[in-house]
Amino acid sequence: MSEVIRLKKGLNIKLKGSAEKVLEKLPVPATVALKPTDFPGLTPKLSVKADAEVKAGDALFYDKYHPEIVFTAPYGGKVLSINRGERRKILEIVIETSKSAGSVTFKKADPGNLSGEEVKEQILKSGLWPFIKKRPYGVIALPDQKPLAIYISTFDTAPLAPDYNFVLEGQMNTFQTGVNALAKLTEGKVFLGVNSGSAFTTVKNVEINTFDGPHPAGNVGVQIANTRPLNKGEVVWTVNVQDVLFIGRLFEKGEVDMTRTVALAGSEVSAPKYYQTIVGAPVSAIVGGKLVEADYNLRIIGGNVLTGNKLKTQNYCGLYDNMITVIPEGDEYEFVGWADPGFNKFSASKTFFGKLFPKKEYTLNANLHGGERAFVMSGQYEKLVPMDILPVHLLKAVLVNDIDKMEQLGIYEVIEEDLALCEYACTSKIEVQKILREGINLMIKELG
Amino acid sequence: MKFIKNFFEKTEPLVQKGGKYHWLQSVHDGFFTFLYTPKSTSKTGTHIHDYIDLKRTMSIVVIALLPAVLMGMYNTGFQHFKAIGELASTGFFEIFLFGLIKVLPIIIVSYVVGLGIEFVFAQLRGHEIQEGFLVSGMLIPLVMPIETPLWMIAVATAFAVVFGKEVFGGTGMNIWNPALVARAFLFFAYPAQMSGIKVWVSLSNADKVVDGFTGATPMADAAAGNITYKAADAFFGLIPGSIGETSTLAILIGAVFLIVTGIGNWKIMVSTIAGGAVMGLILNAFAGSAGLSPESAVYFGIPFWHHLILGGFMFGAIFMTTDPVSAAQTDTGKWIYGFLIGFVAILIRVINPAYPEGMMLSILLMNTFAPLIDHYVVKSHIKRRLKRVIVKEQTA
Repeated sequence: MSEVIRLKKGLNIKLKGSAEKVLEKLPVPATVALKPTDFPGLTPKLSVKADAEVKAGDALFYDKYHPEIVFTAPYGGKVLSINRGERRKILEIVIETSKSAGSVTFKKADPGNLSGEEVKEQILKSGLWPFIKKRPYGVIALPDQKPLAIYISTFDTAPLAPDYNFVLEGQMNTFQTGVNALAKLTEGKVFLGVNSGSAFTTVKNVEINTFDGPHPAGNVGVQIANTRPLNKGEVVWTVNVQDVLFIGRLFEKGEVDMTRTVALAGSEVSAPKYYQTIVGAPVSAIVGGKLVEADYNLRIIGGNVLTGNKLKTQNYCGLYDNMITVIPEGDEYEFVGWADPGFNKFSASKTFFGKLFPKKEYTLNANLHGGERAFVMSGQYEKLVPMDILPVHLLKAVLVNDIDKMEQLGIYEVIEEDLALCEYACTSKIEVQKILREGINLMIKELG
Repeated sequence: MKFIKNFFEKTEPLVQKGGKYHWLQSVHDGFFTFLYTPKSTSKTGTHIHDYIDLKRTMSIVVIALLPAVLMGMYNTGFQHFKAIGELASTGFFEIFLFGLIKVLPIIIVSYVVGLGIEFVFAQLRGHEIQEGFLVSGMLIPLVMPIETPLWMIAVATAFAVVFGKEVFGGTGMNIWNPALVARAFLFFAYPAQMSGIKVWVSLSNADKVVDGFTGATPMADAAAGNITYKAADAFFGLIPGSIGETSTLAILIGAVFLIVTGIGNWKIMVSTIAGGAVMGLILNAFAGSAGLSPESAVYFGIPFWHHLILGGFMFGAIFMTTDPVSAAQTDTGKWIYGFLIGFVAILIRVINPAYPEGMMLSILLMNTFAPLIDHYVVKSHIKRRLKRVIVKEQTA
């Protein structure tokens, strides 16, 4: 094993309500849904109509510009409805699940014995391709590109994030199968980012990098930047830990099995723990009856508090969501809040007394705690980004649409999650992630 | 306290666009958000946000300034009673009270004029009232001589807010430190009233002064070849000078507070002081050289560390250079920026015959150059990143 890469910059945000390491298996939900809106920049084209019968692994829609990338049903049943928003934008494709619908059969094989093309074709057909993302930009990988390497981070340092050592207990063989399949897709290596005490060090056919440090040390982008930073024109692929399992199951069982463990966490969850469900499960199936009784508003987040999406109970979980966090909305006025000594206030700055109690866990809400301003403070972002990047200068380059500068300052190396802490800590409440995504969209539009 | 919130909530529709008092919208919003942190929650991006905001940041700086304010008030009284020879017979509180009465109106004028203009601009531009002036409004009085007429304070503040800040787009957009713009405005617009020996000590129409009283600052004396101060007095702040700049001790207490809270950048403070010390040492080295006038030889020769406790050096190093908007933004840039400020400040102070103080001009000068410093720091950052590609290609 290589030596430990220690990252100093960053911040661990300690929230109340981390998930207890107990797994409860939920029954198959009555409905599941795929949301094309989970994929930035995608133009979906439907493959099914309402009322169609589908099996798990049947295509529901595909990418208009890359028709080989299909998105398949996570569970069999009947297409209940296709929900559209403004300008007939497809929001959700809802499936009424039925056990008897079964699953499409794929080739059962040891990926080690297959060619790269065969592995790629099987993953594409099964609809698991969208789980492979590419850097730069953090969008779905393009099958015809040749990635330098594939990166998997096996730990998540985001607030309340699930512990993958626990989630993958007993599934290490399937993970290995998934890794073996991925290894066929690149001429380079599969890199595994692990932290100390990781159960993943036994995985073979990979190169392991050990990281130590506060959030965002668990972000795959940060791990890439600190081992072999990405340059212009280079492409690597990344896959989430649990999604490697899907690929593993595809080759082990010959079918699409998007069973996933989701951590339900946050200060407003009465008994935070892990739940086994299916990709695209309704939010209500996971949080129903499990939140504290509150006379204030709650915010349900698909994902973690830094990068997740706001959900309502009638929504469905996103394709990539490994956790659901519930925090108070905090839509209340606070009397002279800026003058509070702040024993109960967590801050990246040292201007609150809470800083004196580093072990304390906090209940943080979704309030902005101030109005939006121009950039005033300097040096704040730099402390939170363990990469060779000047975040403020990069964001300013995005704001003026200067593609050359964006390139020079490292737009290829970061996606929203890597700068999310800056947005959290910003005194001026600048929407860092939104600005960055606009920059990335511009890059995709101009340079492809 | 609920009735205040109810009042603001009830009046909110009146000040909205089309409301009866729509021209009060910024004022309403300003006072409301000052009293109540808004209930707005995150719409995009991170769901949680740090509790820190600009209001808290700025109030931290104001708190850090308080020791200098209090010491400035005391020293105003101290200099007055010393000048009229009644120091021994006057009690501590009487001395302080005299200073309080002299200084408070200046602070009030600065805030009223500055905030008034901010409110008007916020309304005209349709943005929220920004907190930058909370600090500027306190800095402006502290860099003024005690006998500056109130109308001059008002004019200078107005000039600083309008031309130092708002024409650039408000807080966060300005090039120069607004408080120093105010000081520089007076320095150049009213040189006769803003220098010399009449403005530094408040005599308050006293009819007599003690023998030997000149009213000059120690630096003016030193420039003329006379050393009239004791280092201890300069450190504790019992010398004539601008209101807030005299007490190095009080300023350092503020500095500790700024550094502990992380609001003031210690790198700039340290490098500024280092820059001043280096220039002081260089001057010391030339103090004995032939060709210097006797007066210059004296000023060249004062121990280098005296420059740090005299005049506005320390006040500038702690509170003015660290203004995050007008300073360099990059880490490396901050070291260079601070060092040059200190270096140039002492150079101007000692070499320039007409003006025995250099901090203000030096900071304004480096404010101007800060974007250039950053430009080169960012350029070298980009160069380093590009080198990475070449190295990779060779090893690949």
